[in-house]
Amino acid sequence: MKSALRLVAIGVLGLICVAGDRNAVPLAAQARTTAPAKAQPAKAPAKAPSAKEPARFGIGRPATPAEITAWDIDVGPDGVGLPPGRGTPADGAPIYTSRCAGCHGKTGKEGPNDVLAGRLPGDAFPFARDPRAPKTIGSYWPYATTAFDYIRRAMPPDAPGSLKDNEVYGLVAYLLFLNELIPADASIDATSLPKVKMPAHDRFVPDTRGAPKPAPGAKSR
Amino acid sequence: MKVSRRALLAGAAGVVALGKTAAMQASQAPSDPSKVRGKPSRALGQRAPFEKPQRQPRGVASSGTPHQDLYGTITPADLHFERHHGGVPEIDPKTYSLLIHGMVERPMVFTLADLKRFPSVSRVHFLECSGNFGGRGTATELTPQQLAGLTSTSEWTGVALATLFREVGASPKATWFLAEGQDAAVLTRSIPVSKAHDDALIAYGQNGEAIRPEQGYPARLLLPGWEGNSNVKWLRRIELSDRPFMTREETSKYTEPMADGTARIFSFLMDARSLITYPAYPVTLSRGWVEINGIAWTGSGKIRRVDVSTDGGATWTPARLQEPVLSKAHTRFRHLWNWTGGEAVIMSRAVDETGYVQPTRDVLIAARGVSSVGYHVNPITGWLIRPDGTVVYRAEPW
Repeated sequence: MKSALRLVAIGVLGLICVAGDRNAVPLAAQARTTAPAKAQPAKAPAKAPSAKEPARFGIGRPATPAEITAWDIDVGPDGVGLPPGRGTPADGAPIYTSRCAGCHGKTGKEGPNDVLAGRLPGDAFPFARDPRAPKTIGSYWPYATTAFDYIRRAMPPDAPGSLKDNEVYGLVAYLLFLNELIPADASIDATSLPKVKMPAHDRFVPDTRGAPKPAPGAKSR
Repeated sequence: MKVSRRALLAGAAGVVALGKTAAMQASQAPSDPSKVRGKPSRALGQRAPFEKPQRQPRGVASSGTPHQDLYGTITPADLHFERHHGGVPEIDPKTYSLLIHGMVERPMVFTLADLKRFPSVSRVHFLECSGNFGGRGTATELTPQQLAGLTSTSEWTGVALATLFREVGASPKATWFLAEGQDAAVLTRSIPVSKAHDDALIAYGQNGEAIRPEQGYPARLLLPGWEGNSNVKWLRRIELSDRPFMTREETSKYTEPMADGTARIFSFLMDARSLITYPAYPVTLSRGWVEINGIAWTGSGKIRRVDVSTDGGATWTPARLQEPVLSKAHTRFRHLWNWTGGEAVIMSRAVDETGYVQPTRDVLIAARGVSSVGYHVNPITGWLIRPDGTVVYRAEPW
């Protein structure tokens, strides 16, 4: 429920931004305003632009479905974009050991690169006051889907994008298991991954600094 | 004095030994250049051999602009800071293409030549990594480059993103778009569509030439005033949607834990900041008139005022701003000061057109907590001038 509210809040933020833009004209309206309205007063500026911008320039070509499929690899927080396939912690453990442990540590806690595993007592969120609190998947990441998206597109650094979808599912399952977010026998796929409850999910609040009317006297932000 | 400062600062910033090396090379010039025929014309210009400004790499994924070596407001393209998450890719402009799809009437592909056929715009804007703060510890021997090297200003040329969104028939219901790079990180960020209608560009030009590889060659997203990471480089794909995508960069990374136990997400705006670039470590001042100068910038528009203090913040005087003051661009400020030799702390404080005032460290900590120094840290910076004229960063450990 709370998560739904957050998403709504983010959507509203987007709308506020639109409303606050001086230059924002709805796209549909822009496409229609190729000729000035008849009712306009005769006091139009004397200096007219050299040529009116057309609604479309006819530059570029249509994208083929195959082109879109080849590049459209993103996975959303709702699970949109997750491919077929599945994986369990047991599937992911050996892949983690061979491809990930060198940078992220034997159990995801040792580094030297980003610490991936570990929860904080009571799922506390002390990151503003405690520089040692590690921002792990279990302690800080708001969405489990992000792990699939990121691993598939960018990991491992010596061969980015080389893992098969089932390997990524297995790795994600293993990392979620290391973070005590799923049991050892859980299977992760397109249906189950978006449902994994992330402890830090409700901590994230959209930035309002750029909002049209900042709170009076608000200096520290 | 200026010459000795240049010589001292040549080479890697802050490394006095290298400065001395450069000074020795200076002696290779003829004692009377008017008695020796000069060099012929050449296809590519180069810096004077005495000038060796350098970026300062920090690890393999970033390097900072040497602000202490620069004048004015435009950053030479080869000194523009860099920050990348999978290395700098090599992209052939002949095979480059940008795909725009998702909530559009017509998913389309644009080549680089296509992008250049659209009406173009050129605008001067700063770009700043939101992790641009190197002064959290106790070190005092820090240059402006080390403190805030991850901001630079260029004239960017490209096509308005709004123009491309019209071309593909973006749905009025699309509120966010995903921008994706072609680097090894295939870096992605979610951006509100409203920014496209405000001032976003797909840029292919930088300071009159093609964008440098480190800045996204052959084309990048440019979101004036917004944190560097969201200005996706090596842009290969834009997908319009009605919700953000919650990518790794915008959730686990570029978010700010707040003192109230929340974390700020989608914190695009770069708040106002200023930095005195002279005098600063490692120069040694001589008594007498000093032109204190530096840069100020804000993602909210124009810099309205920069105040300078020469007494550690007890009193403040408005500095002169170099005109024209451009929106979302570095602005040079200058303040004349007669240094009589005592110990002094000099500081600058930017105020932008929205009335936002650059905060002190304490104000930032009250809002953000002592450990949230990762992103969007823009405190007032002080330089301590010792009676012997040496200048060091006035450290304020977090």
